[in-house]
Amino acid sequence: MMVAEELDLPVDKVRITLADARPELLLNQLTGGSNSVRSIFTPVRTASALARQQLVRTAAAQWGVPESEVATRDGVLSHRSGRSATYGSLAKAAASDRTIRVSVSLKAVGDFRVLGKPQNRIDAHDIVTGRKKFGMDLQVPDAKPCMVRRPPTINGTVKAVRNTAAVKAMPGITDVAVVKYGVAVRGDTFGQCIDGLRALDVEWNPGTVDGESDATVLAKLKKAQLPLALPPLGVLSVEAEFTFAFASNAPLEPDNAIADVRPDRAEIWSTLKVPIDAQQDIARQLGLPADKVVVHVVTGGGSFGRHLFHDVAAEAAEISQKMGKPVKLSWSRTDDFRQGRTHPMCVSRVRATHLLGNVLTYEQRHTSSETSFSHGLGEMITSTAAELPIVGNYSFAQTIFLLSQSVPYNFGVVTQLLNEIPLKFNTGSMRNIYSPNVVCAQELVVDKLAAKLGKDPIAFRREFLKDDRLRAVMDRAVVEGQWGRALPKGVAQGIGLHAEYRGAVAVLVEVDCRPETVNRPITDGVTGPRVTKATIVIDAGLPLNPRGLEAQMIGGLNDGIALALTSSLHIKDGIPLEGSWDNYFYTRQWNTPPEVKVVVMPPTTGNPSGAGEIAVAPAFAAVACAYARATGAMPTSFPINHGRLGFEPFPSQPSTPASPTNGLDSAF
Amino acid sequence: MSQHTFLLNGSRVTVDVADDVRLLWVLRDILGVTGPKYGCGLNVCKSCTSHINGKAFNPCSVPVSKIKESDEITTIEGLPATVGRDLHPMQEAWLEEDVSQCGYCQPGQIMAAVALVRKTKAEGRQITDADLDGLRNICRCGTYSRIRTAIRKGADRM
Repeated sequence: MMVAEELDLPVDKVRITLADARPELLLNQLTGGSNSVRSIFTPVRTASALARQQLVRTAAAQWGVPESEVATRDGVLSHRSGRSATYGSLAKAAASDRTIRVSVSLKAVGDFRVLGKPQNRIDAHDIVTGRKKFGMDLQVPDAKPCMVRRPPTINGTVKAVRNTAAVKAMPGITDVAVVKYGVAVRGDTFGQCIDGLRALDVEWNPGTVDGESDATVLAKLKKAQLPLALPPLGVLSVEAEFTFAFASNAPLEPDNAIADVRPDRAEIWSTLKVPIDAQQDIARQLGLPADKVVVHVVTGGGSFGRHLFHDVAAEAAEISQKMGKPVKLSWSRTDDFRQGRTHPMCVSRVRATHLLGNVLTYEQRHTSSETSFSHGLGEMITSTAAELPIVGNYSFAQTIFLLSQSVPYNFGVVTQLLNEIPLKFNTGSMRNIYSPNVVCAQELVVDKLAAKLGKDPIAFRREFLKDDRLRAVMDRAVVEGQWGRALPKGVAQGIGLHAEYRGAVAVLVEVDCRPETVNRPITDGVTGPRVTKATIVIDAGLPLNPRGLEAQMIGGLNDGIALALTSSLHIKDGIPLEGSWDNYFYTRQWNTPPEVKVVVMPPTTGNPSGAGEIAVAPAFAAVACAYARATGAMPTSFPINHGRLGFEPFPSQPSTPASPTNGLDSAF
Repeated sequence: MSQHTFLLNGSRVTVDVADDVRLLWVLRDILGVTGPKYGCGLNVCKSCTSHINGKAFNPCSVPVSKIKESDEITTIEGLPATVGRDLHPMQEAWLEEDVSQCGYCQPGQIMAAVALVRKTKAEGRQITDADLDGLRNICRCGTYSRIRTAIRKGADRM
């Protein structure tokens, strides 16, 4: 849209591709932190405007007319004399073969014809016809399917394999190789790889967190909490402590990568948010110069932070090198939940004090199992820094925490501190990183403060908010979502506010906690409280594509609902128990609100905010606050249903369950 | 190894593969038909939803030997041809509502939606919220509310 805008082209004439890893781009090839649109907004428009200017200059020179009289529209240059030329016909003549200093004016927001208007996805047609190619769909010559038998605990390693030859002789199987965290099996189909890995007889070494379970991690977190500065002040303070369980990024497309490693070079295809780091690290692993490792970035079926890490691509490279053949590696769904990246368990403790209707202090101590930032900021220097003992992951985590967290209320003396304990789970940033937990805790305490001061939650927030944009989105949500409307007992509203990525969001939800709703039957599904209605109001500074923005809000809402009510990992004896989507309860149709409204506010700042993550935290907070009001008790452990295991776990070995054979019985 | 023959998107196909290989891998890894996606292989996520004789099913959980010679398998690639058009009305509704985000689950979502609408029409009734709540297909991007709107729109035109 940015290119189309400044080049005066229809959107469908702009083709966007994914670049291979390009080390010369340094920090500028990283997809994350809701930063893409913000970081490219000026450079991409500038480049496009320059191209247009060059075309105009070339046409003017060829036609002998002033540049100011050359018009551009839909890829055509024209002059009132009747002369015209397509961009393509003048592109070669317009190109410059040397670097020159030029200046260019960008369009004023008021002159936008493309930006700011609703635009459907450009890949929508390919998606609905099944033509869009994801990593799993790519065909690379001889890159046969490959899967890995994995250990019974996180990051366990292989001690011995007792029947390699027998498995290699199974139908369709071509190769078996021991790798860092398991035994890889290559074959004609993924189904045969699953049969092969299940048949392996493997003896395992321990993993990195063998003794750990939910309870042991929680105990360590509580012990590591940083002290609060002020003593409790009895009736004048509000205190609360919240626990948030492990969660899984779990994109729907299982983690996968294709690798073709030869003695002197390698080629990798994978969904990567930090491709330069992947290239440099994989080259080091393979013992090849970085410029001999070509890393192709391919479209993926979701990420939610998972693809910041290239562990799957590195594993595919390791397997290809050991087998001496190209491989298309896929983790199984169960691998993803049990050995994949997680958002770690954390505890957030809050103490606020008040006097004579004012809030004097707000202290929050957030304690988390370590979140890995080993991908750094995009390349080797900072990713290596994250692993150094002195700079280290802890400093990175602190920086991210301090840069992303703030309290939007006038609460006097405010401190928010992070402490992390270095347990060796496989962790990483999940959509919105720390904010969903920190903001949920904050908004529940805000509701508690309001109640203590005898104020309506909205009136209280309006009084204490220091951010006008948040006040405006809240006020709009109050109107659109009909705050305060009469609801049956057991059904209540909640509001959550959050400003980050230079944007501001309010989410207002209604949650039905009546027994007939909570206990509604769904086969193999967790029901529980139902969010029946949601209103999201976003101030994105300068909304570039309101339709896409709306989609991001709906997605963030469903993530927030999942984190508040249903989705978590249960760690037991060094591994999550979850193995399928009927164990890890991400929001399903029976959990999603039948009524959702998104309001995109008119431009406020003139600059676009980030959009991909910003709705998660306020949605989570709104659901938690509504649940507290509907049930009359503030929840302190999330998700609400974490305490009751709602499924029979798959055995830990073999690591991937067999596919069922009775699929025709459920045809409809 | 044994031979298996069935109808796939209007054409007769024959594959030489072991009896117990699930149909999803026959479609994807042997025949190169990649519209049905692998999301779990456990008949849970429903990303591979396709049709067998017009009914929604999940090929990840059906051994190829259970497919009869007379069985007609339709994947997302073959859906438009079932109505003799370039796009099925449900696909058009999907485009109008701009449902997709990453898009990985959407072929399965559309195939499930078409089967659901056919079922409710056969029962002589409109789609209800309870019908939509009963759809099990995961969308990890959380596009659920646009899916609900698109299904109702597509149903009106089917």
